Amino acid sequence: MNRKPERSPLVPVPSGFLMREEDVDKTPVLEIRHLGVDFGGLVAVEDFNMALGRTEIAGLIGPNGAGKTTVFNLLTNEIEPTRGIIMIDGYDTRGKKPYEICRMGVARTFQNIRLFKNMTVLENVKIGLHNEMKYSIGEAVFRLPRYFDNEEVSDLRALELLSFFNMQDMAKWKAGSLPYGAQRRLEIVRALATNPSLLLLDEPAAGMNPSETLELMKNIRRIRDEFSIAVLLIEHDMNLVMGVCDGIVVLNYGKIIAKGSPEDIMSDPVVIEAYLGKADQ
Amino acid sequence: MSGNRRAYFKRTLLNTCLCLAFFVTVNYMIGARILNRYYTNILNLVLIYVVAAVSLNLTCGYLGQLPLGHAGFMSLGGYTAAIITTRFSIPDIGPIPGQAVLFFLATVAGGIVAMIAGVLIGLPALRLKGDYLAIITLAFGEIIRVLVQNIKITGGAMGMGGIGKYTNFSWGFFWTVMVVAFTFLLVNSRHGRAIKSVREDEIAAESVGINLTYYKIVAFAGAAFFAGVSGSLFAHHICYLEPGNFGYNMSIEMLVMVVLGGLGSISGSIIAATVLTIVPEVLQTFATWKMIIYSLLLVVVMIFKPSGLMGDFELSAARLVRKIFRRKEDVPQLPENYTEGEETDEQET
Repeated sequence: MNRKPERSPLVPVPSGFLMREEDVDKTPVLEIRHLGVDFGGLVAVEDFNMALGRTEIAGLIGPNGAGKTTVFNLLTNEIEPTRGIIMIDGYDTRGKKPYEICRMGVARTFQNIRLFKNMTVLENVKIGLHNEMKYSIGEAVFRLPRYFDNEEVSDLRALELLSFFNMQDMAKWKAGSLPYGAQRRLEIVRALATNPSLLLLDEPAAGMNPSETLELMKNIRRIRDEFSIAVLLIEHDMNLVMGVCDGIVVLNYGKIIAKGSPEDIMSDPVVIEAYLGKADQ
Repeated sequence: MSGNRRAYFKRTLLNTCLCLAFFVTVNYMIGARILNRYYTNILNLVLIYVVAAVSLNLTCGYLGQLPLGHAGFMSLGGYTAAIITTRFSIPDIGPIPGQAVLFFLATVAGGIVAMIAGVLIGLPALRLKGDYLAIITLAFGEIIRVLVQNIKITGGAMGMGGIGKYTNFSWGFFWTVMVVAFTFLLVNSRHGRAIKSVREDEIAAESVGINLTYYKIVAFAGAAFFAGVSGSLFAHHICYLEPGNFGYNMSIEMLVMVVLGGLGSISGSIIAATVLTIVPEVLQTFATWKMIIYSLLLVVVMIFKPSGLMGDFELSAARLVRKIFRRKEDVPQLPENYTEGEETDEQET
């Protein structure tokens, strides 16, 4: 595993969290305090605390069923939290609908790809650009100038975003007919089209071979650098997590069992125990 | 592509010309008695069903819901318009016949009443999906039928007679063009894409910032408006309304047209509405076999083409012209001199 040394070290900030040096004096893009949710009697997530700097790539890892995807669903308010606060750019998300959370600057991809399969690749991206376009239903039906202005701009913007993953030539294809890897990339492009400040990736490397994973690793860094946004990802592929993340949160049975830089996490006995079990002797 | 002005104006010009040509030809044929009254009647009925089917396609094909109350909206529109035209009259304004103005206004009013009902029923009903929505809208249709049966102004179970026969080919054609244009222009805009995304995947749509409730209501209201319009045309076509006209059988009939034509295809709905209106008329001579042949037709189509006759494909005059002259379609492309550096400059400015 050859990790890039350019990664900036995490330093503590007054609120008690660790953050990249360049993000220290900025509002964290995401701040979670004492987040918890119950399903009936089952406590799915308990006392979850974390903060994410504006340009940080963070990993959320843990064994199957630890509650990682639940945390994502809580972040986008698909599930309402029972306890705790989530703040995006310093704004509370309580009572907001998922589409309002998206407008606040959180975009996500899904563990099992959720594309608009019967629509073209370009249309998929343009749905991501929906809120960037400003024209009313009347302006659309009567085809007033604003319709054409907005559509022209968003056509170009969509192609520009697709060209980020070199997919501009597939614009006319049906999204469902794309190969698996391209579908995953398209989902990321669609999420980026909503102009987020925080991108949530749910197992982006699932089903990818090692060379594709390596490519993805580069791309995640490129996304952070070119769009200057924060990325939070759930992933089981440790090469990817250790290679790309600035900070890592380890979750087990809905509780955080470890937090820190990849080096700390790899040598943490609690994490090793959660993943491999305790030695008997 | 959607954002291209020139392509849009060319296409619109072509389609307008075709519509005018069709309109003039058919009007001439009616005037010259090439189409006798019987055929003209069937033609009007076809247009009425086309309006209803295309509007239902908006909720069914594009929004992806399963509403069974379309006849309820038609009923509301039909009765509203009929009450207005039988009670009021407008004097002729110069060359414009007052009766035509009245019929137009009554039809719009019928559409608006249906639309308001659509929003009211939509607000609670659209939280539900699939079977549940189907049952709620089915119940809504029945409520309207029973209401109409029991209030005075609609003539109760006796029905409502004395409605002028105002629906003619011109009106039918006008409203058909309206509904087709509205649906097509709406669907190919950001709002239409949002509606389609709800059909494809609600969770994903919401995650990219689409307000689900809003777009469901928009589609539902648009469909209800044109259902009301088609109800008004229907009322002034048969000149006599009774509550049984708009039973759930009619809702099912509309649904069959949309599904048979292809969910999400306007041309499919038009073709299916035409075929399914004409076939029963043609089969009048084999009255005993009529329903069997009709049903068999449906079964065969569903087995061999479950996505409907057209799938989500649209007939397009512009595409035909392109094929004939072997021109390539305008695919949006990044400018030739596009480079990464330039692009970031643009973003900053």
